[in-house]
Amino acid sequence: MQLKQVLAAGASVALVLAVAACGGDDGGGGGGAAVPGVTDTEVVVGTHMPLTGPASAGYSKIAPATKAYFDHVNANGGVHGRKITYKIMDDGYNPANTQQVVRQLVLQDKVFAILNGLGTGTHTGVLDFLASNRVPDLFVASGSRSWDQPDKYPGTFGFNPDYTVEGKILATYIQKNFPGQKVCFLGQDDDFGRDSLLGIEKILGATGVAVKQKYVTTEPNVAPQVGALKAGACQVVMLATVPPFTALTLGTAARLSFRPQWVVSNVGADYTTVAGRLGEAKGLLEGMLAVNYLPSQFDLDDPWTALFKKINDQYNGSAEFDGNIVYGMAVGYLFVQALQAAGKDLTREGIIEAVEKGGFRGPGLAPLRFSGDDHSGYGGQRMTKVTGTTQEYFGPIYETDEADGPVKEYADQPPAPPANGIPAA
Amino acid sequence: MKSTVVRHLALTIAAAAALLALTYGLEPFRNYQLATAAAYLCATAGLTVLTGLSGQLSLGHGALMATGAYPVALAQNEFRDRDISGGWVLPVSLSIGVATALVAGLVVGLAAARLRGPYLAGVTLAVAVIVPALTTAFDSVFNGDQGLSVYVAPPPMSLGYDFPYERWQAWIALTGALLVMFLLANLLRSRYGRHFRAVRDDEVAARLAGINVARTQVLAFVVSAACAGLGGGLLAVLAQSVSPGAFSLTLSLFLVMAVVIGGLGRLAGAAWGAVLLVLLPEASHSVTEALSLSPSAAQRLDGNLPLAIFGITLVAVMLLAPGGVQGLLSRAAGLRRRTRGWSDPGAERQHSAGR
Repeated sequence: MQLKQVLAAGASVALVLAVAACGGDDGGGGGGAAVPGVTDTEVVVGTHMPLTGPASAGYSKIAPATKAYFDHVNANGGVHGRKITYKIMDDGYNPANTQQVVRQLVLQDKVFAILNGLGTGTHTGVLDFLASNRVPDLFVASGSRSWDQPDKYPGTFGFNPDYTVEGKILATYIQKNFPGQKVCFLGQDDDFGRDSLLGIEKILGATGVAVKQKYVTTEPNVAPQVGALKAGACQVVMLATVPPFTALTLGTAARLSFRPQWVVSNVGADYTTVAGRLGEAKGLLEGMLAVNYLPSQFDLDDPWTALFKKINDQYNGSAEFDGNIVYGMAVGYLFVQALQAAGKDLTREGIIEAVEKGGFRGPGLAPLRFSGDDHSGYGGQRMTKVTGTTQEYFGPIYETDEADGPVKEYADQPPAPPANGIPAA
Repeated sequence: MKSTVVRHLALTIAAAAALLALTYGLEPFRNYQLATAAAYLCATAGLTVLTGLSGQLSLGHGALMATGAYPVALAQNEFRDRDISGGWVLPVSLSIGVATALVAGLVVGLAAARLRGPYLAGVTLAVAVIVPALTTAFDSVFNGDQGLSVYVAPPPMSLGYDFPYERWQAWIALTGALLVMFLLANLLRSRYGRHFRAVRDDEVAARLAGINVARTQVLAFVVSAACAGLGGGLLAVLAQSVSPGAFSLTLSLFLVMAVVIGGLGRLAGAAWGAVLLVLLPEASHSVTEALSLSPSAAQRLDGNLPLAIFGITLVAVMLLAPGGVQGLLSRAAGLRRRTRGWSDPGAERQHSAGR
């Protein structure tokens, strides 16, 4: 009898799925050649983000900030008469969930493009799927070098400066300003940590990093790693960590009475986020060095920061203003630039061509490097330092490449934002 | 006994035909969900045999899925690197995964057969924690948290150039699930199935009846682990990646909840549980979207809502319908049949399973 019941259950499941399938198909194209997610009045894009889970602190604010920027654009008439709809899916920083939600976005919700999908490990898993479905995969929120493979993944473009570029810039600063000191490293055990270390060692040499440690996000205890750094008498510790692990590392080190100079990757160094995690112990952040390439959230005299703050108050429920919000809005701005450049007849090929043409200038300090054979994002960064309760820029902007090119100064300043905060065509 | 096998075979073929037709009727994403449900079904069916029919609880089945998934990933990538291809490659990889899970199940099962209740739960819980940790300890092989990508060959060219990839995935996973259901259905109707139930209902009585209790329990564990291994392997093929996050403790707990909600002790209940595992996250996302909450509240709900719904459903099912979804269905069917003068052996089984 068992199998008969199974059959009955199977048939019911089939029915449920069939009904759901019919329900999900609501006509689709609004005339003309059907480009997924595009009608005369709307363009639908989607993203995957860790709204929950081990990496959610801070990062969960990025996609809502991007959405708030789109709301601002939509309120001003949209782009080429189209409103932008942004579908945000939580993947919990778990690659298996990413698979599921990205398929839902592409196959079910028929999004035009994936925008700013977050996470090295999570996004790596969907590269092939997106490429074989020819879905534009724009401005991935991670500095892995994997996004820069135009031959293999013609539709994938990065946003962050890649971790190797970042490692080279940080290591160059250390080499100049902490000569003779013992430099050590703690990084995430994936491409993030590995690419970062690669960049650092390009500058300091293979023997330039005395102690190398790694952690995984599923194990929230870094006492052994920090203990090893202390035992190695490290004076400068470079961190390739996500924000919760930056906080955890600093807290653990303080408990072990270990006070080196911290030099932190941009993705794990946002003051507001890390200080929020540390709470009472946020004083540990004093003097922390890091890099950034977007307007400082503390500098309200910066016209970009002022613009983003205003949009945040109006469309994002006045969420606590931090680097993640600036980041999310900068992503939104770049996407609108790409939409403008792709023109009125929006197609998937068209937007990829437009991004490859490059030439975008916006809030970023460093140049965006998009071209036919370069799909990496920003090409440089500037040093920041925590003093009291702010995190401020100092020194010149540096740019370099992921290979063995020199780290050099970049003189151009970002342009002022347009009056209404929306890039023109 | 013979006639049972023949009947099960006929039913399986009929089910295969129906599902084949279904894959042609569904959109790609629904086919992908169907495939994912089929992969989960292998694991939930195995867990049903273990927990519902032989009375052993496992909180580590998610991890046993991982022991099936990683070998599949390693084997598939190895075949690709050596330029070995062919229709037999994937079945061989999956068999390696099943064999690995089987060995893992044997080890855990041997320990489990000496333990009862909370102690058994503790050991299986340890499995759920240790297996993902191994991927970090041996990260040169398993690549830590980031996991491995799994090479899967495209559908055979004989199916046509435009054949939807998701339909192909559904075929692969459904083949595995049907195989598991066919074998388990036969196992449960055999002498071993009766031994499982005897051990579950009363160990002492079973021993008096000449049943080797420990051996029966180990057998149940091994069978169950092999099924979970196949489920994990299929999941790796579908997602084209394996990572410890995909086989976390949460998954193990979800599997237990799924079989309880589906209807403990019946294979059909396992099917409901598998479907629930796939549809619930999507449903909860639709709920948060429909509620139009403030950004921060929506954020907080989105990831946590499936857990909450699952928990609430579990409590409700335990209170209102101890036989789970399948219990409810067959009670309804049983009522109808009784009025037509049929007796329903399933109803009795459900009763004892609901204890």
